[in-house]
Amino acid sequence: MTDGDLIRFEDLKKSFGPKVVFDGLTLTVRPHETLSVIGGSGSGKSVLLKSLIGLVHPDAGSIEFKGQEITYYSEQQFLDVRRQVAYVFQGSALFDSLTVGENIAYPLREHFPKMSREELAERVARTLKMVNLPGIEAMSPADLSGGMKKRVGLARAITSDPEVILWDEPTTGLDPISTRIIEDLILRMKAELGVTSIVVTHDMPSAFYVSDRIALLANKRISQVGTVAEMQASRNSEVRAFLDARLPRAQSRGVGA
Amino acid sequence: MSPSPSTSQPEGPESIAGLAVEELEQLLPFRRRALNALDALGGCCVLAGRGLMRGLRPPVEVGPLLDQVESLGVRSLSIATFTAVFAGLVICLQFGFFLGRFGVAHTVGKVAILTIFRELGPVLTALTVGSRIGSGIAAELGSMKVTEQLDAIRALGADPVKKLVSPRLWACIIVLPLLTVLADVMGMAAGAAVVDFEYHIPVVQFYESALDTVDLKDFLSGVGKSVVFGAIVGAVGCYQGFAVKGGTEGVGRATTETVAVSSVAVLVADFFLTKLLLLVLA
Repeated sequence: MTDGDLIRFEDLKKSFGPKVVFDGLTLTVRPHETLSVIGGSGSGKSVLLKSLIGLVHPDAGSIEFKGQEITYYSEQQFLDVRRQVAYVFQGSALFDSLTVGENIAYPLREHFPKMSREELAERVARTLKMVNLPGIEAMSPADLSGGMKKRVGLARAITSDPEVILWDEPTTGLDPISTRIIEDLILRMKAELGVTSIVVTHDMPSAFYVSDRIALLANKRISQVGTVAEMQASRNSEVRAFLDARLPRAQSRGVGA
Repeated sequence: MSPSPSTSQPEGPESIAGLAVEELEQLLPFRRRALNALDALGGCCVLAGRGLMRGLRPPVEVGPLLDQVESLGVRSLSIATFTAVFAGLVICLQFGFFLGRFGVAHTVGKVAILTIFRELGPVLTALTVGSRIGSGIAAELGSMKVTEQLDAIRALGADPVKKLVSPRLWACIIVLPLLTVLADVMGMAAGAAVVDFEYHIPVVQFYESALDTVDLKDFLSGVGKSVVFGAIVGAVGCYQGFAVKGGTEGVGRATTETVAVSSVAVLVADFFLTKLLLLVLA
């Protein structure tokens, strides 16, 4: 691990029963960068994100965060990591029994139990404004469209000002406008707050738009990592197989490169 | 030509050993099932223990507990009342009929109330209301699991056991005894009415005959049992919900399993608790 790395996955191994997900996966993430992890469905991209905050535990290997070995942290020890690392779930994972406002206030209540009601309300309103959904605090998640749910899930993740955000397929299934709002938010989080992001995605135009670097997860390990330009110019067969299957559509829309 | 080594001793020790291995292999599914059942029992007990302890650990969250008492208890009032009323009616009809055969129909009050206080009230409430509560908990937590809401709670820095299990478990422990008291009262009242109507034994006589025999211990033993039944129903529901696998199909499976498992567990616990209480209160 170089001194500048914020996160390091080293020789990670993970299986679910007979299915091997990682077999010697190594990846580093630098501070303030946006790294996209691309790869086929079921290749373990979400498992990689979840292992960083202890929702999934690797069978072997090590995970370091800010120079600390966190692989075998207890649930209690992971609380400190989870304060600094937010997770945007693929399916939003909003709490059905709470209103939108209560959902967004949830991490604030957990991390800052002494925060006043007024400050909570102000933070919730500010975050909803950031995701272009002002004034919907009283609505129930059941009343929201898929795109709105995704943005509320995102608001919940960023409301406690995390240093790292893990985005699990943030633009999958969204209309182009919602997609662009989220892409711009990822860029704003980095530009204005210096947030480090790991974005798991299938959406290559999005990956090219928001990423500083892209990593391809294939054959149970990171096959190649590089900048957007390096990945597009790569002659690695796995990278080519993945990009060429997707690029024609992306390029025809004038996105990418 | 001499036979090959593998076929030279068909009756020998190797074939006996082979048979034994085959038999053992046939037993493997039962062994696996028994181990799974023990695993589930252990997991359920651990989850219940953690849920109860973490619910008492500061900050004690009263709001979610009251929400659960309202959701699990208040909304079960009608089912508890209906169950108790009709159970009271039937048991008094039967007792009145059979005791009448022996010429002691006037003792129906003491027999019926003793039965309602000690068994019918707590057990029927645990079976009917408990099934409703337990399956509801399993469905809710199971749905939260498959939509990653349990992971979200952890990712947001909270403890799903304290947030979800503790209030539900404590609510079950509070609610079931209260509903049992309601069931006792409603069952008694319905029984008195039907005895008066069918066998012309006045309500006052029905209660006076009971007062001779039935005492506070009988009432409290039933209510005490319902505390344990509440813990069983809550723990089984929470465990099944947390253990859901396989999407919405898994949620359905967990819900129906909760009804079956909690009902059997209540009846098994009832036997041992009754035995224990008879020893202690004798």
